[in-house]
Parts: sequence; C-alpha cells; structure tokens
Amino acid sequence: MNIKKTYRDAWNTGWTAGIVALSISALGLAELFAKRNIVSGVITMGQVMVFIVPIVMAYNFTKNLSMEQRKTGPLFGAVIGATTAIPLVLLIIASTLFNIRDIFVNVSPSLIELLTFGQENAYLGGLLLLVSMALLSYLSAYTHQLPEKIKRSLFTGLITILLVGMFSEILTERIRSIFGAIFGSSVGSAIVRFLFKSKAIQSIPAIVVFAIATYVGYRKIPKTEEEKNKSKRAFIVDGKVQWKTVIPLAVLLLILPLLLGTYLSEVTNNVGIYILMGLGLNIVVGFAGLLDLGYVAFFAIGAYTMAVLTSTGPLGLFGMSFWLALPICVIVAALAGVMLGIPVLRMRGDYLAIVTLGFGEIISRLAISDMLKPYVGGAQGILQIPKPSIGSLVFTKPEVLYYVVLAGVLLALFVSWRLRDSRLGRQWMAMREDEDVAEAMGINLMKTKILAFSIGAAFSGLAGAIFASKLTSIFPHSFNVLISINVLSLIIVGGIGSLPGVIVGAAVLIGLPELLREFAEYRLLMYGLLLIVMMLAKPEGFVPSEVHKRELHATDEDFVAEAGD
Amino acid sequence: MPMLEVNDIHTYYGNIHALKGISLHVDEGEIVSLIGANGAGKTTTLRTIAGLLTPRQGEITLNGEDLIKYPAHDLVYKGIAMVPEGRGVFARLSVMENLEMGAFSRSDKGEIDANIQMVFELFPRMEERQKQVAGTLSGGEQQMLATGRALMAVPKLLLMDEPSMGLAPILVEGIFDTIEKINKEGVTILLVEQNALMALSIADRGYVLQTGEIVLHDKGEELKKNEMVQKAYLGME
Ligand SMILES: Nc1ncnc2c1ncn2[C@@H]1O[C@H](COP(=O)(O)OP(=O)(O)O)[C@@H](O)[C@H]1O
Ligand SMILES: [Mg+2]
Repeated sequence: MNIKKTYRDAWNTGWTAGIVALSISALGLAELFAKRNIVSGVITMGQVMVFIVPIVMAYNFTKNLSMEQRKTGPLFGAVIGATTAIPLVLLIIASTLFNIRDIFVNVSPSLIELLTFGQENAYLGGLLLLVSMALLSYLSAYTHQLPEKIKRSLFTGLITILLVGMFSEILTERIRSIFGAIFGSSVGSAIVRFLFKSKAIQSIPAIVVFAIATYVGYRKIPKTEEEKNKSKRAFIVDGKVQWKTVIPLAVLLLILPLLLGTYLSEVTNNVGIYILMGLGLNIVVGFAGLLDLGYVAFFAIGAYTMAVLTSTGPLGLFGMSFWLALPICVIVAALAGVMLGIPVLRMRGDYLAIVTLGFGEIISRLAISDMLKPYVGGAQGILQIPKPSIGSLVFTKPEVLYYVVLAGVLLALFVSWRLRDSRLGRQWMAMREDEDVAEAMGINLMKTKILAFSIGAAFSGLAGAIFASKLTSIFPHSFNVLISINVLSLIIVGGIGSLPGVIVGAAVLIGLPELLREFAEYRLLMYGLLLIVMMLAKPEGFVPSEVHKRELHATDEDFVAEAGD
Repeated sequence: MPMLEVNDIHTYYGNIHALKGISLHVDEGEIVSLIGANGAGKTTTLRTIAGLLTPRQGEITLNGEDLIKYPAHDLVYKGIAMVPEGRGVFARLSVMENLEMGAFSRSDKGEIDANIQMVFELFPRMEERQKQVAGTLSGGEQQMLATGRALMAVPKLLLMDEPSMGLAPILVEGIFDTIEKINKEGVTILLVEQNALMALSIADRGYVLQTGEIVLHDKGEELKKNEMVQKAYLGME
C-alpha cells in the first residue's frame, strides 16, 4: 500500500472523527460534561469527550499499519487530529460571524470557550485547538512505537487519572470521612484540600497519581505466558485454592461498606442486584443460548412474593420474616421459570425472544391490573415491606444491607461457576451449539431447557426479593421491559457466558450512570453509544468467556486457533 | 430378524407429505446405502429413524423393539448414533471437547479415553488438531470429527447423512475407506448419499429413494449395473 493512499485514508478518517466531535459539541454533550472537572483548572470531562475522538481514531488507525508505514504512523495520527479539528474550527469562526445559535441551540459562548481554551480571538483559539488535536493524536499514534509494556502501563495511568478526576467529588467526601475518622477531622480536611480543588484533583497530585498508577500498572503486567495464565485463574490454580488472592479479596469485600460510605454502598447494592439478575440471565442466554427478553417477569415475581409474604400493611398476608420468605420467593420464581419454559420448548431464536417478551409484558400488566388489585395493589403497589433483620438488628442502612446482597451474589456466583463445569453445563453448551446433535447425543432437551429457565428465574427471584425488602415498597412501574434490556445489555457488554463479565458489565452499565447522575437525561444516549462502540471494537465483551472469544477471533490472523487444554 | 426394520413410515412437515410409506431394513454388520436426488427424502428418513421426526404412520424397530415410543435422546442408549447432514460439529469447541461431548451418554472415564485413542487411530489428523477450534477445521476434517464424535457413543448402528457432501474427490475416497474400516470394526452402517457410485461400491445392499418413495432395492453391485440407476444417478447414458 502506498503512503499517499494512507494519507488520504487518514484524512477521511479525520473527517469522520470531526463530524463525531462536532456532533458531541453541537448536541450539548461537551458543555454538559464540562461541569465535571478532571484536573482542576486544566481539563474538564467535556474537553475529554471532544478530544478523545481523534485520539482514539488515530490510535486505531495506526494500530494495523504495514511494517514500512509504521514509522510514519504518528504523522498519520497528526493528520487525523488536524482534520478532526477542521469542522470544529469552522464552527468557532462561524459563531463569531453570525448568530449560529439560531441553528444549533447548544453552541453557546461557553462551548466556544471550552473549544478555544478561553482564547478571546476566535482565529487564535481555533488554531490552538487544531494544533493541540494534531499533537495529541500524534502522541496517541506514537504509543504504538513504544514497547507493549510501557504502552499499557501508560494507559493504566491515564485511565486512573481520568477516573480519579471524574469522581473527585465522591473521593473528596470519602477521603475526608475515612481519614477524618482515623486521624481527626482537621487532618482529613487538610488532605482533601491538598488533593482536590473545586471537585477536581489538583495538578500536582494528578501527576503523582498518574506516576504511581503507571508504575503499579507496569509492575502488574504479566511478563511471561506462564504468569499470564496464572493471573487468568487467580483463585484456583491446579485445583488448589490460592489463599494469597482469596483472603485479601475476602477482607476487602467484608470491610467495603466502611470504605464506601452510605451513598456508594447504596450504589453498590443496586449493582449487586443487577449482578444477581445478570448471573441468572447469563445461565439462560449465555450458557443455554436461549434468548429471553422477558426476564424482568421473574424479578417482579420475586419482589411481589416477598411483598405479599412479609408486608405489615393491608396487603401483606402472612407477616413472615424476610429470611423465611426469601427461599419461598426463590422457589416461586423458579416455578414461574418452569411455567414459561414448558410452552416455549419448541421455539428457537427470534420466536423465543418474542414470546418471552410477551411473557414479561403479561406479568407487568397483571401487576398493574384491576383484576389482581386486591392482592398486589395495582398501580399503588405494596407498601410497608419490612427490611431484613436479625434479632434487634435491622438492616436499614445500605452499609448493612450490603451484606445481604453480597451473600446473594456470592451464592449465585458459586452456583453459576459449579453449574458451568457440571454435566448440566455441558448439556447447555451442546444444546446452545446444535439442538439436534445434542439430542442425538442423548441430551434431554426438554429437561435441559426447563432447568435453564428455572435456575435463571430463581436468581432473578432472589434479586427481586432483596430489591423489595430494600425499598420497603414496590410499584408495578419499576418492573418494565427496560430492566430486561438492561440486564441483557450488561451481559453483552461484559461478555456473554462470562461470570466476571457479568460483574464488570453491571458495574459499567448500572454503577457508572448512578455516579454520573447529573447526566441522567443522556443516560440512554450514552448507553446506546457504549453498546455500538462495544460491538464494533470489542464484540466479545470486556471479559469474554473462553468459548465466545474463539468464535469471534477464529478468523484473525494473529489469533492461534487453539483452545487451551 | 434384521437389526433395524423400517416398515411403511409416513413423515410429514406440516402438510407436506415427505415420506410416503418407506420400508427398509438393515441387518447386523451390513453397510446399507440409501441413494436419491436432492429433496428425495433421504435426510427425512434418517431423522425419522433417529427420533428427531415422528412418523404419522408406520413402525420402526431395532432388534424387534419399537423405537418410535422413545424420545430422540434415548436412542443413543439403544446403540444408535448419527452423523448429521452438514457435519454439525460444535464450531466453538475444540476437537477434543467435541469428542468428549460425543461420549455424553457414557460415564466410564477409562473407556472414554480408550475410545478417544481409537478415534485418533482412525483419524490421525484429529490427534494433531485436538486443541484446534472445530469451526476452523477444513470440510474434510470436520467430517472426520463429526464421524469420530458419533463413534464416541460406541454405537451399534451408525446413521450417516451425506458424508461426502462438499468434499474434494480425493477426500471423498478417504471418507468411504474409513466407513468400510468402521464397518469392519463391527459397526452397522446406514449411509445416505447423493454420490451413488461410491455409496453403492461399498454397500452390501442399496435402496433408491425418489420423492419420498423407495423405487428400487437390490445388492449394491446389482444396483450399480441397473440401467435406471446408471442413467439417473451415475451420469451414464
Ligand atoms: N423442515 C422442513 N420443512 C418443510 N419441508 C421440508 C423440511 N425439510 C425438508 N423438507 C422437504 O421434504 C422433502 C425431503 O427433504 P430431505 O429429506 O431433506 O431430502 P434429501 O435429504 O433427500 O435431499 C423435500 O421436498 C424438502 O423440501
Ligand atoms: Mg439431505
């Protein structure tokens, strides 16, 4: 391939990036996110959002260059960066010439200020933007010339500093209270003052954090294949439990609420409930390959069962304790799973998806219906559901409720993990790959499917039961199809069939948006963007399961088509 | 008493009458070929025998025992295994994992390992490729794998659906050689093929299927000499 053509490709890529960056700016995203500082007085999240576009594009563009063009890579990157800036520069200039807000309402003076780094002169500001985009894209492309280890540790540093900056407000509060509790509140405040300013990290601490993260990242990257394999299955190596990893993790999980405080514990609990659902749906979709779009039904059934059994209000029937009701909720949900399983036995793929979607709708319609109103309260829902308690200890605070969620998640993880490697797990796998062949091999499809649906439903029922008790009141509108979609998305983002993937997926899709509350109106947009980007860049998910990875990369040249032992 | 006896079966896809009264039998130790053009109903016949389709009428017996009453997943325990049309290997699993899945109906670990060795002897290529992902195997290798996987169930009767489909001529010969070898090991084979010449060459007996009906039945060699077979299936004038 000749150099000229590559330059032309870079130029085209740059225009694409430019349009994306322009959209981000003109839609008001950049300005909105500018409210979050990353490094105090230096960069905001809004700037990151605009600049990340050419940086990522330049990185990807130069990743797979041929040998002889590799040296020129950074220059291609610079071309992409400069080209990206062109539409933005035009926007800046246009905004000084006429009232562009008649067309783009969101192109406000503060957006222009953000893009020009506060330069008064639009031409100078535009030039500054162009040069900085070109420079950053140059550097981004240049990373391919660094040794792999250094490149990766630099990324670790960058991502860490971005996260620390983004969540400065929460960190401020946490550090103040943790250090305050240990060393006294004046020390806590002093540390916070040193590290943070106006909800962002200060420049010098930022450099220190970056340096530390980069160094730690460098040390942690496995050197040899052997180490790599070891770190892959860190908990159990050759059938022996690795206490060195398990114990610190267990301690961390136990003291986590102390570190997190009330707000973050609450967020963690929500993530935990979605992890539970994700693990359940992962059995149905990931292990057994049955596309279920009505999964929220079992969540609702678990929640309503808990409500009816334990509520002290007029709709509560038995006034049971949480602990007694919990297994009943799980069983009821599992039975509902069997009930769904039987009629859809003969269905596959898209038909199955539609029928399960309908099932989910039926359940949420029933919950809101007049017919069942005397039992489940219709639109008013069920109130006065007691929180879990042991003796006089009531699990009121999120920090305490955390342990209930944790126990549920650990149990579900353990069960999923054992099932995956069991005979039943192999039955699911064979069924997922080819139903006829599986049947001819002696696998009872009916039993296998129904078990997938009912075990998956049981997990979701458990999640619903905890959810009801956590909120102390439930309403039918909490159980809509969006929940099913959310759970499915988090599995896909994490990596279908992968257990760690469920955790990562839930953290990213449920946890992050909770922490970025002020952008709630853009939540679905970000969601969509993330899914599209994921499917293009990493279709196997963040933490792909072994089997799935093979499928998607079986045709890659650099992927040795070998499955591990 | 024949090992497998199919008596006047009628199989439908909804309203489509795909098998219009098929009768055939397979004796123990035989290779029986079922030949016919595309759409004749060969696959339907095999799938009906394997229990994946239920005939509306007719009987299927194995050593005198009624098979229709069993669900498909019980037939492997009766000694029937199938190599499906288009191979049907588990594309995302490795060769080894595919073979292990084939032994799903069995539990003795030692015997299973011995069987894997046997399959490797039959198909040395599979041993070389044991860690490779099945979806990345060539067509011929996938056929070997599908066959090896079926053998992992240690069947008495092996149903094979067009093993030569889509393979290069040199490979086809290899496949038929292997089928004969498997048969010599004591496995009875019902073979469905469009490649009539090869299928009849290795077969003890053959049936010719046309639009859901058996139109001819004879010794393999005799069928090869039959004028109508030569015209329709062997491309001779
Ligand atoms: N799933 C199906 N639904 C409806 N008709 C089918 C189906 N499968 C096969 N048929 C029809 O049944 C007849 C026999 O098909 P098949 O057994 O696959 O033929 P062969 O294997 O000999 O090529 C054909 O007419 C075909 O169109
Ligand atoms: Mg066929």
